[in-house]
Amino acid sequence: MKRVYVNEEWCLGCHLCEFNCAFANSGLSDMVLALKGKPIFPRIHVEEGEKITYAVSCRHCEDPMCVKSCIAGAITKEEDGVVRIDSDKCVGCYTCILVCPYGALAPGETGAMQKCELCLENSCGAPACAAGCPNNAIVYEDRSPKTSLTDDAAGPACF
Amino acid sequence: MEQYVIIGNGVATVGCIEGIRSVDKESPITVVSGENHKVYGRPLISYYLQGKTDLERMKYRPDDYYDKNGVNLLLGKTAVSVDTTAAGCVVLDDGTKLPYTKLCVATGSSPFVPPFENLESVKEKYSFMTLDDSLALEKALFPEAKVLIVGAGLIGLKCAEGIADRVASVTVCDLADRVLSSILDTECAALMQRHLEKNGMTFLLGDSVARFESNKAFMKSGAEVDFDVLVLAVGVRANIGLVKDAGGETDRGIIVEDDMSTTLPGIYAAGDCAQGPDLSIGAKRVLAILPNAYMQGHTAGVNMAGGEASLKNAIPMNSIGFFGLHAMTAGSYEGDLYEEKTEDSIKRLFTKDDVLKGYILIGRNERAGIYTSMIREKTPISSVNFDILKKAATTVGFDADARKKKFASQV
Ligand SMILES: Cc1cc2nc3c(=O)[nH]c(=O)nc-3n(C[C@H](O)[C@H](O)[C@H](O)COP(=O)(O)OP(=O)(O)OC[C@H]3O[C@@H](n4cnc5c(N)ncnc54)[C@H](O)[C@@H]3O)c2cc1C
Ligand code: SF4
Ligand code: SF4
Repeated sequence: MKRVYVNEEWCLGCHLCEFNCAFANSGLSDMVLALKGKPIFPRIHVEEGEKITYAVSCRHCEDPMCVKSCIAGAITKEEDGVVRIDSDKCVGCYTCILVCPYGALAPGETGAMQKCELCLENSCGAPACAAGCPNNAIVYEDRSPKTSLTDDAAGPACF
Repeated sequence: MEQYVIIGNGVATVGCIEGIRSVDKESPITVVSGENHKVYGRPLISYYLQGKTDLERMKYRPDDYYDKNGVNLLLGKTAVSVDTTAAGCVVLDDGTKLPYTKLCVATGSSPFVPPFENLESVKEKYSFMTLDDSLALEKALFPEAKVLIVGAGLIGLKCAEGIADRVASVTVCDLADRVLSSILDTECAALMQRHLEKNGMTFLLGDSVARFESNKAFMKSGAEVDFDVLVLAVGVRANIGLVKDAGGETDRGIIVEDDMSTTLPGIYAAGDCAQGPDLSIGAKRVLAILPNAYMQGHTAGVNMAGGEASLKNAIPMNSIGFFGLHAMTAGSYEGDLYEEKTEDSIKRLFTKDDVLKGYILIGRNERAGIYTSMIREKTPISSVNFDILKKAATTVGFDADARKKKFASQV
């Protein structure tokens, strides 16, 4: 499946992805109305080290700890591989924060947990962070290990 | 063709069903559920009383889950014994015999009620383990009610939070000298207690009930507590009887290996009833937490269906919040201490032998899973920039290769 990946060498640390994310998920059509003068709750965060910056969002893990740990069964991984949160079911226990190895979840404005859902649930249809990144430091592509690799791995058993 | 039987219908059972179905899509599965409900999030019973969820949203899986997974669900039936002598079958309370080729015992735990003197005289007394407990307690509550909760552990305090706005007063007593004594040390517990008191709870700690007299508790200290409703949340005991009686090895829980097999052939155990490997202490322990129930169940299911799975990095870990203040804990509290404190937060990280062993985070706990994963994966401290990491859970503390693996490839 296609996921969001980062090239940390190319990240400028401009935080534009955070604004694009908050806007994409605001449900509003005017960016100024959506973001100006308000605290924003993006689902992607720019990590800043001494010499490096890069954006972190949900990895849509193959074997997601959050799905197995959510006490409400509010987080699911569908057949399309996308890990989604049903915010109606979330009770705000933070168990998912306790277990996500990437620090990819945080409560949103209403207190319900939120994380990247690849902009598939909003009107963008594809990640706004990647589309808007000025330096291609965030990309949306399929880097799943090639099926042929899996085939190779399974190969010897047939000999 | 296998014939799977699972006893219990909690989260461990869901894990088990999903583990089986990841390998074997065909063979029939029968689930014996003592409770007369489809699976729900057990921890949500306090959120239900609080009005943060409802019966519909509490469902851990959709209504058609069992049908879709080829599961024959027997609601309101109790398994009374497991017959391992011949082909293997589970005997139910109504006499039905369920033959199995692979069995998973996922019976959870039951409230433990110590023998209090004259407890019989109390009319309104409740446990707090099941949805039915919660619904029964709800009926007993009224705005003027004074509630006494025995037990200041996770369950007692979650109950206290759940009912706080629906009654006049909540008093919590515990033999331990602090709240949440199984996961918090004295100072952290004091911070949480202050917060709970600010939200109206009253505590009687280091004290226990000597005897009851209908609506009054006489404490060992001499204090007397009047109440309208009593909640008993002293502790829980793993339901190990079925396996013990069948001759399987048990201790506090049903002894299992990291593949969740018991000492009885073809029989597995998972969840709150099981005592399996705990990486943080290098020994077997009951880890009565929901994530563990799911993961143990899944591991059992895969192995029952002939696949291969083992759970090697289970650790105790909890996220528990009261009135907006969250405490997160994980692993074991041994080794060197790194600490940060403010008025309303505490951070404690424990390191030993070049690994993070455990932590307590109260108040500030953003991205705590980064620390949890370091414990579970035994990430060498020498391989990360711990000066950065100890101050904030951030992935910039990992080296470039680790970052590449995490963020530039599929995980
Ligand atoms: C109030 C409360 C709050 C909690 N909060 C949290 C939390 O925030 N985070 C967390 O990680 N964990 C929490 N827990 C713990 C968590 O709920 C459990 O660890 C988890 O639900 C265990 O799942 P299980 O499937 O092993 O057992 P259970 O969910 O207990 O399921 C076992 C089932 O087996 C049935 N059963 C038993 N014996 C038989 C028999 N002989 N025949 C038929 N059926 C039988 C029982 O009726 C029960 O329905 C909480 C628990 C409670 C009570
Ligand atoms: S929230 Fe964390 S654990 Fe869950 S899928 Fe995303 S990255 Fe993985
Ligand atoms: S905070 Fe919400 S989404 Fe996260 S584990 Fe708790 S209920 Fe599930």
